[in-house]
Amino acid sequence: MNQTVQTAPSSGSHDLASEFLDRTTPLTRVRNTLHRYPALSPAIVLVIAVIVFGLLNDRFLAPANLSLITQQVAVVGTLAIAQTLIILTAGIDLSVGAVMVLTSMVIAQTSSQNGVPGFIALLLGMVVGLAAGAFNAFLVTKFRLPPFIVTLGTLNIFIALTLLYSAGATVRGSEMPGVLTATGTTFSLAGVNITNGVVLMLLLYIAVAFILGKTAWGRHVYAVGDDKEAARLAGIRVNRVLVSVYLAAGAILAVGAWIQIGRSNAASPNAGADLNLDSITAVVIGGTSLFGGRGTVWGTLLGALIVGVFRNGLSLAGLDVLWQTFAVGVLIIIAVSVDQWIRKVRK
Amino acid sequence: MTDAASATLPSPSGDSDRQPILEARNLVKTFGKVVGLDGVSLALYPGEVLAIIGDNGAGKSTLIKCLTGAEVPDQGELLLEGQPVSFKRPQDARQAGIETVYQNLAVSPALDVAANLFLGREERRKGILGSVFRVVDTKGMRQKARAELTELGISTLQDVTVPVENLSGGQRQAVAVARAAAFGSKVVVLDEPTAALGVRESKQVLELVKNLRAKGIPVILISHNMPHVFEVADRIHIQRLGKCATTITPQSHSMTEAVAIMTGAQAA
Repeated sequence: MNQTVQTAPSSGSHDLASEFLDRTTPLTRVRNTLHRYPALSPAIVLVIAVIVFGLLNDRFLAPANLSLITQQVAVVGTLAIAQTLIILTAGIDLSVGAVMVLTSMVIAQTSSQNGVPGFIALLLGMVVGLAAGAFNAFLVTKFRLPPFIVTLGTLNIFIALTLLYSAGATVRGSEMPGVLTATGTTFSLAGVNITNGVVLMLLLYIAVAFILGKTAWGRHVYAVGDDKEAARLAGIRVNRVLVSVYLAAGAILAVGAWIQIGRSNAASPNAGADLNLDSITAVVIGGTSLFGGRGTVWGTLLGALIVGVFRNGLSLAGLDVLWQTFAVGVLIIIAVSVDQWIRKVRK
Repeated sequence: MTDAASATLPSPSGDSDRQPILEARNLVKTFGKVVGLDGVSLALYPGEVLAIIGDNGAGKSTLIKCLTGAEVPDQGELLLEGQPVSFKRPQDARQAGIETVYQNLAVSPALDVAANLFLGREERRKGILGSVFRVVDTKGMRQKARAELTELGISTLQDVTVPVENLSGGQRQAVAVARAAAFGSKVVVLDEPTAALGVRESKQVLELVKNLRAKGIPVILISHNMPHVFEVADRIHIQRLGKCATTITPQSHSMTEAVAIMTGAQAA
């Protein structure tokens, strides 16, 4: 008698996981799938949006229009890679646009006014990007300040530095060495004109996706964002990971500055006002959680494309630009609600 | 009955030639005027489960922190396999082979089981992919993780690609314990492993502790739960007022007696 009582629970507890999965309804199964593949929901949204806008207007799927969308996405898409890295560590960077503009002004001014060769100017820009990242990282790790506050402060500092340094003057593309505007040069691919800047952005996505998915550093980035204390107890040097993330973000922003110079064929100190929040929008719509530890850069690329497609499609449909902004606002709120719902798995 | 019990149980007190794996001698730790540890000695022998019980403020956590490098004792010695050691940080203790499973479960919820087992000590792919591109060997680590879990008798966790957040509390605890027991650790310290678990999950964790012992890994178990302690412990170190009141076995004393010693109602 005693025997049966003792053996019963152990044989019944053979697999709690399968028991849990057996209890699922179709809805929770959808949720579990979305939970496992965070880039899935933005991919679905993008496909639907392209089909709907394509049906609404013939010109939407025209090669020239598709080319325009990719070019419009290139700069925000690049900044959003940097933003993704930082948001994955449960941080947020309000200064990405400001850093990019500061970097672009350094590249433009040194090459046009101080006669620095194009490649050296790009290297100087890279140094400025890294320095800005290091400064943010220093404040976040040494003073343990929330990244939101740190980058809110540095946003203003970098904007002021940009205007002080450039005296508010725009540098035209024709004043700079050709290599700096080469990111705006196009080539034709199956009838669609693609700029070098778009290719550069895609290469960055591939590189960062590879590093995040396949290296120990990538796993540590996720672990730090997921649960900082758990990561520390597992022997991960949390501050070192954070510093490397902010430095990587700074380097990516410098590349973004190069793409921006090619895209607008100029470097303007007033260019990046919207880019800070637009990059966060792309990351959030792309399914990366603002609480850290969850998301992919591919989701971010999809998020950036969704914003680009919505703005372009609504404008082709003849809607006022303010309604485009309105639509992006609705998208953000839906994306965050979906994220919250997905995160409720097992709670 | 008593013969059979003593044959299967390690009986360190009567067996002087067995060397303890981990030994603490006369540890003293004070915090200002408060005496945390007042000359505590402890020995952990190969293949045994040593439980540490005591009332709040008796010095159990301070004792554990001194053993695992989270605190540095003011006086006294620590010996690991007979060699004097001193730990300044938890990493020192971990490198020496003392793994601790913390009460708050140091697992990363979004990462899968295998990634958690290898967190902080990922293995890279062979060849240029690993050395230059630093690609981690996901497949190899998953295989090793599966083997490790099987060896520990954790049958409920065969899918090592499941994110830890999809697991039950007991399974998460199993992941944390498996990580501590893997990688050739010499001692596993479990701090209140069943405190947050239900009856059935507690049972799984206690089975796991027994499996660790069967595998030859000695365990230090800190717990408030007397039935759990009496179920798995070979010896019980009772901490009282910063000192070791006595060390008993589940055979020599009853639960009521242990509680009486712990609270001071009965002299040791």
